[in-house]
Amino acid sequence: MKALVSVKRVIDYNVRIQVKPDGSGVVVDGVKHSVNPFDEIAMEEAVRLKEKGKLTEIIAVTVGGAKCEETLRTALAFGADRAVHVKVDDEIQPLTAASALAAVFKKEGAELFFLGKQAIDDDAAQTGQMVAALLDLPQATFASKVEIDGGKATVTREVDAGLETLEFDLPGIITTDLRLNEPRYLKLPDIMKAKKKPIEVVGLGDLGVTAAAGLKSVKTANPPKRSKGVMVKTVDELVTALKAKGLI
Amino acid sequence: MSKILVIGQHADGKLNSGIAKVVNAAKGIGGEIHVAVFANDGAAVAAQAAALDGVAKVLVVDRAGNDDYVASAIAPQIVALTQSGGYSHVLAAGTTSGKDFLPRVAAKLGVQQVSDIMAVHSATSFDRPIYAGNAILTVEAPAAPAIVATVRLASFQATGAAAAAAPIEKISVDAVIPGHTRFVKLEAQKSERPELQSANRVVSGGRALGSSENFEIIYKLADKLKAGVGASRAAVDSGYVPNDMQVGQTGKIIAPELYFAIGISGAIQHLAGIKDARTIVAINKDPEAPIFEVADYGLVGDLFAIVPELEAKA
Repeated sequence: MKALVSVKRVIDYNVRIQVKPDGSGVVVDGVKHSVNPFDEIAMEEAVRLKEKGKLTEIIAVTVGGAKCEETLRTALAFGADRAVHVKVDDEIQPLTAASALAAVFKKEGAELFFLGKQAIDDDAAQTGQMVAALLDLPQATFASKVEIDGGKATVTREVDAGLETLEFDLPGIITTDLRLNEPRYLKLPDIMKAKKKPIEVVGLGDLGVTAAAGLKSVKTANPPKRSKGVMVKTVDELVTALKAKGLI
Repeated sequence: MSKILVIGQHADGKLNSGIAKVVNAAKGIGGEIHVAVFANDGAAVAAQAAALDGVAKVLVVDRAGNDDYVASAIAPQIVALTQSGGYSHVLAAGTTSGKDFLPRVAAKLGVQQVSDIMAVHSATSFDRPIYAGNAILTVEAPAAPAIVATVRLASFQATGAAAAAAPIEKISVDAVIPGHTRFVKLEAQKSERPELQSANRVVSGGRALGSSENFEIIYKLADKLKAGVGASRAAVDSGYVPNDMQVGQTGKIIAPELYFAIGISGAIQHLAGIKDARTIVAINKDPEAPIFEVADYGLVGDLFAIVPELEAKA
């Protein structure tokens, strides 16, 4: 059974982002990028399933510009067998990415598709669900536990009320949440080996996908800043202040 | 004029408290607002939706299994209703359930979803957070065929009670429901305390609590204040409390009147979840903790001494 894992190149989660003064976006040039952390969890889960003998092949896929090759190399170092790079030069939005990913999933004849539950740049949290919709396949989002057995997936999901369990018939789409696993540290030999693994480059046109109409970005702004308040010395002082404001 | 469909999410016979906020967001768009209740038997939930100010009509779609809100089953029904009803907007609460089913609706309608709207500028222009709320993006969405959006609940007040209840109509929708996905179970944390997302006051504990036993002092303070209880990701990952208590970018985003961050350093991802709290109180032994940069009141010291004293004096 083949699995597809999508990986997105995003600004590293440790970087404090800067909004451009002209409001046209955030500063991306010269800023450290890495694999979207939720996608690393997706990658790790697929590798663990392969190690358990549940998968025969893992294909990493990304949709993006030339620099996304690094992202795919990281996925290959994790343990993907090969990769597909859907090369696009313009910024694309979730529905277009989902159309491209759905086309790759179909073309590869994969049965499982792991994606991070959201990318930490646009925080849209849509792509996995959209892939499932476009392919009319099951979805289990926000997964914190995944079991694959007998043509079925049993997935525990992190929901507002607690933990929900869903079961679906394969093929299907799973989006991964933080507590699903802890991604491994990559070792140098794996990083070296990844350099020799094949990456197939395709365009949207090769997949029969045209970019969907998107949301227009009007401006990007800094959030309203919270001002630093006062430091109190004692509990009494705190209680007096909160009572004076009618808060307790 | 806009015709807005609000999805009336619910659980245990109760309309999700966030729906009153979604209706308020819909009022900001302007137009005729309908709430759709998808349930096994939606009568009780529909009555609650009909009592919200601004709602013109409540539509009830009864179907065995709808209570489970499995995305692949709910989405086709919403798509069918959107198309047959000629709606210009489809809005859902940005809960884990709304985030699950609504992108499926958007994809089927062939549109991008506007995720987590936090302000409405016009019928087609909205603000939404990106980079964990560290930047705010204003977007303009194409009006046709429809605008599909989740609403960030922390950003809107609830609409009030209606002077007269809106009419309720039972309808059926023409949708094919796939049988490939089955709801197995929900392990819910039962609690007598106010629900985290709608509580006026929230007390959260962090890694500094050190154990689930020590977390007891947080519960005691919360009970004294009739507050909900939250936790940082570090406290959840350390196993002190269950995951549904996590406050932050990857947990719950909340906007209480009063928030206590106790033994929480204030990582960016936690701050993203409490930015809209009216008043933040931070208690931490480290005077350099980033939480103090955003707190309205800060108190440096040993939480194990401060919290019981606070409980006694509050």
